[in-house]
Amino acid sequence: MSAMPFRLPRIGTSQVAALLAILAMNWLVSPQFFEIRLQDGRLFGSLIDVLNRGAPVALLSLGMVLVVAMRGIDLSVGAVMAIAGAIAASLADSHSLPVVLAAALGAGLLCGLWNGILVAVFGIQPIVATLILMVAGRGIAQLITEGRIVTFTSPSLAWFGGGSVLGLPPPVVLTLAMLVLTLVIVRGTALGLLIEATGANAKASALAGVGTRLITIATYVWCGLCAALAGVVAAADILGADANNAGLWLELDAILAVVIGGTSLLGGRFSLVLAVVGALIIQAMNTGILLSGFPPETNLIVKAMVVLAVLLAQSPRLSGLATFLRGKSR
Amino acid sequence: MKLKGILIASAIAGAMSANAQARDLTVGFSQIGSESGWRAAETTVSKSEAKRRNVTLKIADAQQKQENQIKAIRSFIAQGVDAVFLAPVVSTGWDSVLKEAKEAKIPVVLLDRDIDPAGKDLYLTAVTSDSVHEGKVAGDWLVKTVGSKPCNVVELQGTVGASVATNRKKGFENGIAGQANIKLVRSQTGDFTRAKGKEVMESFIKAEGGGKSICAVYAHNDDMMVGAIQAMKEAGLKPGKDILTVSIDAVPDIFKAMAAGEANATVELTPNMAGPALDALVAYKAKGTVPPKWIQTESKLYTASDNPKAIYDSKKGLGY
Repeated sequence: MSAMPFRLPRIGTSQVAALLAILAMNWLVSPQFFEIRLQDGRLFGSLIDVLNRGAPVALLSLGMVLVVAMRGIDLSVGAVMAIAGAIAASLADSHSLPVVLAAALGAGLLCGLWNGILVAVFGIQPIVATLILMVAGRGIAQLITEGRIVTFTSPSLAWFGGGSVLGLPPPVVLTLAMLVLTLVIVRGTALGLLIEATGANAKASALAGVGTRLITIATYVWCGLCAALAGVVAAADILGADANNAGLWLELDAILAVVIGGTSLLGGRFSLVLAVVGALIIQAMNTGILLSGFPPETNLIVKAMVVLAVLLAQSPRLSGLATFLRGKSR
Repeated sequence: MKLKGILIASAIAGAMSANAQARDLTVGFSQIGSESGWRAAETTVSKSEAKRRNVTLKIADAQQKQENQIKAIRSFIAQGVDAVFLAPVVSTGWDSVLKEAKEAKIPVVLLDRDIDPAGKDLYLTAVTSDSVHEGKVAGDWLVKTVGSKPCNVVELQGTVGASVATNRKKGFENGIAGQANIKLVRSQTGDFTRAKGKEVMESFIKAEGGGKSICAVYAHNDDMMVGAIQAMKEAGLKPGKDILTVSIDAVPDIFKAMAAGEANATVELTPNMAGPALDALVAYKAKGTVPPKWIQTESKLYTASDNPKAIYDSKKGLGY
């Protein structure tokens, strides 16, 4: 037992390898992929695009991963993005930034609370409970914008899309900050362990004295908050709120990011960092497709093939099979 | 006694028909819903066009559902309106309800979209824009503007598979056909949205040497162009000067960009479909003039020389 042979870290190797492989592929289809220069005090290049465009899904995945670890799911995050964006854009020109942010993020918290109560208090299946807000939420956002694209000129809100922090786009810094904050809250305390325990076996955890109901509500609230933040970023990016399209289908990307990050939809163990890596994998792939010059009709097929390859690479059955074959040939 | 009854009945009927000619027209409009700003503007313009002609317009919002539209048309027939305007949400499945309208002698006019060709004898006329022509107007503008200079064009397509996107692409390609100096170098879908238009343009700029080899952007709608303009500005390029822009729809925000010198041209998809439809209807009711089966709306080109600020002000109240 004492002479442990060197092994790669148990988790994360395949995700990081997949990200590197996709970045390398992007470099092949577009040789200037890693070129970075300074443009108006802001780093400018395809790699920065991957980080910047990946930020909304990465933010969503930070909340989603906790919900999934609790054996739940949140389909409403795209709609919550639309609501938060609509609120932020509508208030931006008439109110100060703290009020705008408080209103948008507050709406996200409320949406999360709604989902959490439906799931934890009324015992509605998460997929159905959050489906309600997924459908209704976009309607609420459209009511706020009256079906139009609400634009704003407020430079303070626009900073969240077009500003810079040490040369980095604010969405990237914001995502990093949220990742650190979530890590501190979840891994710095016993909360992460309690989440994993509840996700693995809710009944046993409750019997052992874990406040599963409260933790469930808290994870949905955090998910709502992250979604609202993503919504503010998306609105700041286009200087307006497009209630019909903001965050559309991004709940699926967020779930995919979580799964690529190695968290099981059946709950239990989870990784925040790898969920963010999952989001970056998805975005690196999207950006690569845009740079490649392939006809747009092939976008979805290319995406599906890459996702399949990434997930197959993680499949324990497949790696078991590989080990088995290697053993045979020896 | 019997004869008297008939006389009275016919006298009443005569009085009623005289009345019908004297009173103003009532038109029932089954609108799809308000899925886009353009749709909202169409509803607003329809109301004002009807008011201008003293036509009573009853609008039923179908919330994107065909069954709601069919219900609305049946209720218009029951109310005995003089005509029905229909912006069909899908192209098939209209036969039975349109036959009911025909039996009730209520003419139906299609707005903005056509229906399945099998139903041609079931409606009076269709007022629509020709999206191939829209693309061609955009292409023609570019050909005229760049002259004989070499020009690499990037294209932001609409949603893959949407007929409008296919047609606007085809029309633009027809417009630039035979111009060896104009080359379509990149084409990707921006899903008709600002966010995707911006993201795709960011990639185009990087893939084309920081945007230096791009001479013009063509977007299938203005919203994607608004996003692309932001992407160009963030890359340190001057849209409208370094890179020419031409897009389609003529929504208010593109005129704002045009007034700021950041956009060059847009082709209007007019929200005024009801105006030509009402003109055709009034002529049909008054003199029995049967309109052609298809009334094509004008695809007007707007550039910076058309006082974009004033157009922005006139359009922004329409609900776009």
